[in-house]
Amino acid sequence: MAWEAVVGLEIHAQLATRSKIFSGASTAVGAEPNRQACAIDLGLPGVLPVLNEVVLRMAVMFGLATNATIAPCSIFARKNYFYPDLPKGYQISQYESPIVEHGELEVEFDDGSTKCIGITRAHLEEDAGKSVHDLFPSETGVDLNRAGVPLLEIVSEPDMRSAAEAVAYMRTIHSLVRYLGICDGNMEEGSFRCDANVSVRRSGDSALGIRAEIKNLNSFRFVERAIEYEVARQIEILESGGSIIQETRQYDSVTGETRAMRGKEEANDYRYFPDPDLLPVELQSDYIDRVRDGIPELPAAKTQRFMSQYGLGRRDARRLTLSPDTADYYEAVVRASGQPKLAANWITTDLAAALNRDGLEIYRCPIEPTELAALINCIIDGTISGTMAKKVFAAVWRREGDPISIIEKQDLSQVSDPETIDNLVDQVLASHPAQVDQYRAGKTKLLGFFVGQVMKITRGQANPEMVNHALHRKL
Amino acid sequence: MHTLSVSALGDALRRGEVSSVELTAHFLDRIKTHDRTLNSFITVTDDIALADAARADERRRDGSDNPLLGIPIAHKDIFCTRGVRTSCGSRMLDTFIAPYDATVVKRLRSGGAVMLGKTNMDEFAMGSSNQTSWYGPVRNPWDISRVPGGSSGGSAAAVAAGLAPIATGTETGGSIRQPAALTGLTGLKPTYGRVSRYGMVAFASSLDQAGILARSAEDIALSLGAIAGHDPNDSTSVNRPVEDYTKTLESDLSGLRIGVVKEQFGHGLDSEVGAIVQDAISTLERLGVSLVEISLPNSALAIPVYYVVAPAEASSNLSRYDGVRFGHRAAHPVDIEDLFKRSRSEGFGEEVKRRIMIGTYVLSAGYYDAYYLKAQQVRRLICADFAQAFEQVDLIAGPTSPFTAFPIGEKMDDPVAMYLCDMYTAGINLAGLPALSAPAGFAHDLPAGLHLIGDHFREGLLLHVAHQYQRATDWHLKRPLRFP
Repeated sequence: MAWEAVVGLEIHAQLATRSKIFSGASTAVGAEPNRQACAIDLGLPGVLPVLNEVVLRMAVMFGLATNATIAPCSIFARKNYFYPDLPKGYQISQYESPIVEHGELEVEFDDGSTKCIGITRAHLEEDAGKSVHDLFPSETGVDLNRAGVPLLEIVSEPDMRSAAEAVAYMRTIHSLVRYLGICDGNMEEGSFRCDANVSVRRSGDSALGIRAEIKNLNSFRFVERAIEYEVARQIEILESGGSIIQETRQYDSVTGETRAMRGKEEANDYRYFPDPDLLPVELQSDYIDRVRDGIPELPAAKTQRFMSQYGLGRRDARRLTLSPDTADYYEAVVRASGQPKLAANWITTDLAAALNRDGLEIYRCPIEPTELAALINCIIDGTISGTMAKKVFAAVWRREGDPISIIEKQDLSQVSDPETIDNLVDQVLASHPAQVDQYRAGKTKLLGFFVGQVMKITRGQANPEMVNHALHRKL
Repeated sequence: MHTLSVSALGDALRRGEVSSVELTAHFLDRIKTHDRTLNSFITVTDDIALADAARADERRRDGSDNPLLGIPIAHKDIFCTRGVRTSCGSRMLDTFIAPYDATVVKRLRSGGAVMLGKTNMDEFAMGSSNQTSWYGPVRNPWDISRVPGGSSGGSAAAVAAGLAPIATGTETGGSIRQPAALTGLTGLKPTYGRVSRYGMVAFASSLDQAGILARSAEDIALSLGAIAGHDPNDSTSVNRPVEDYTKTLESDLSGLRIGVVKEQFGHGLDSEVGAIVQDAISTLERLGVSLVEISLPNSALAIPVYYVVAPAEASSNLSRYDGVRFGHRAAHPVDIEDLFKRSRSEGFGEEVKRRIMIGTYVLSAGYYDAYYLKAQQVRRLICADFAQAFEQVDLIAGPTSPFTAFPIGEKMDDPVAMYLCDMYTAGINLAGLPALSAPAGFAHDLPAGLHLIGDHFREGLLLHVAHQYQRATDWHLKRPLRFP
């Protein structure tokens, strides 16, 4: 009988605040170790946490965007355990009364099908610091710059049935938090990461199997591979008559395998209790309404609008709305060119490929939307051919100039003068009499040969349509 | 000079009869002479004190004036003081130099008060006799073979012996009022949230509150205004205007209703202490208050509830002392686990360990509901008792401590007997109410205290009634013969 995978994700999204969740220290990355850890982050005797109001707004935005219940009263709790990079000996988190509960999110897969994934809860918590093992030969260093950075932990229902579904869900959340402007989504810096709970069961069973938790996955590819590996591992164990143990596992991106963590953490009793240093967070409905008013257009709505307003297909509309930066870029190109379809083509093909090749995010794209629009306009008005346009695009990408100046400087503009074209065609036909005869005898495939010859003479700058037209006329 | 009240010292400074530097030198001198006997200070900050005093004199010359300008003060060693060791009475923090000032310290400093030093205390404020301090027990100035109470025992002994005119203290379950009662002082614990906890080493966050030990209610009224008020660094501090506590001291008491709790004059109360407190209540009646017998039916549960809630919070609050970033670190740890375990085993004393273990236990999976959750439920009943009482009366009066100062060494092997020191006081912390203890006479030749409890934010009324009582009596003026 077939097996079914059951996957739930706990996504940690670092909230894009300037200061930490309970202190005024900066959250900027890249500082010298412990330079962005104030007395509160260090857990010095006598210090007290004060909640950063911005994180509340961000959590409420997320809750509203996922159609969740926003708790009128949520409570911060202490999660107690000892760890060298956990300064207070407890992490301030939310336990029994999280700020967001019972949300849902529609996820669309590559084949166009959709599924609604339940969001059990999303709660606020502080990040821990970082143990540094490779800086000193026989000692471990502790860097507390990250201690107290605000996190929104988004816990899904075990609603996903494959690694691909899990990745699609994670991408959808990733897109959403960036739309909301509550997380920069930078996975390399760890601003967006997840733990995956994976189990398998016989298809048709309703009870859940025993799960393994794979910790700290920080790329979509790792999530996919780790889940695929884990599902296969569990099926193999069960088929050979073994049983799964509930445990925490680690993904090794080099081997592509998951392995059990030497974890005493499993045996921990975190002794959660309400943090007496922080008051319960009470949210009034007018506050929630104000936050709702500030929510920007979200991916699903934007996709719909792109389809109706710009006449795009669903696939292109989705690709262009995956990140708010891409959508903004697209709309800027459309505004400057008036060419929604060509703009979509260029952005989803040449621009996407170039960004991917150079590992750039679109907000760091070397080509301005107005430049891409200018390039598109040059194609439309016949100044350059599509082939030429690709060359101009590459030159603009290398910052050799803006499209117009590159076209002028390199004399790339298309030859579209009818008289010149006629002369060129005459010249080619005159120098290839044998081929002209063959063509006239019925070998019409040779049309391409004649076009190629004209292009060769003009270094590709002849207007191909006009060349075609002239050849037809003269042959 | 050391027999004068804060207001009298303020007058002397104002009239130029004495400078703050002279006054400070006098108290430093008394500390030098007497503290070998009392052990009331952990750290004496001579240099800082004289510099603070010189600055206060300068400010006065420049025309500044306020009630504490140039007045020496001692701080319980639980308050962080920038650049000065803040030990909290523990080996764990023996080498800890705080990089910042607690809000209370900062406010007193900006008001011109002069820090004499840091006073001895029970380790992490856990104790009622000042015997759990890493720095040794403090002696009671009235009988140096006896304890001064605790945990603010150093502050109490220092003020009672005239080594400081006034001192800060903190409470979690009676740590200001009980030592005040045992050393013949007036001690006030304000409403929870009235004074910032920022920079006060945490014991039990939902109960901790800073206050003042002084020779009279009037001296407290002069200084409370300086430390009270909202602090954006403490989310539990209350944003509510601070009254001028000196303004309401003088009106008469007629018309006030004072509740007497029948449960508080029963089992466990020393009969001589009981008689003294009854006498003090009669004095109040003569001054015009009407007495109402009331009941606090759940008051007997205060100690058990307190000894679940306070250790639970403490077990978490004290987790940060792990030897990693500051404080005691065990030598040559073999691994991180060893570092944690030995640093804490060596750094903490017996009572602290006992409470961490109790607290860890009551928060553990499987015990949480039966202990911590249940205790919080009973805590609400205790609060409700008080709320109901304050519908009938303006204040509640009774004994502060069930007995007078006991010999050093006693009760140390019987924690439960020690915990009963707080039987009248701990419930007030659970309810977050303000309360004070005022000297009411002598039992067995030792001071006994009258306990006055007010509704939330009625510090002004408490000080008013205590001041009127002190105008009618002279118990607060008595001084221990050994420290003339």
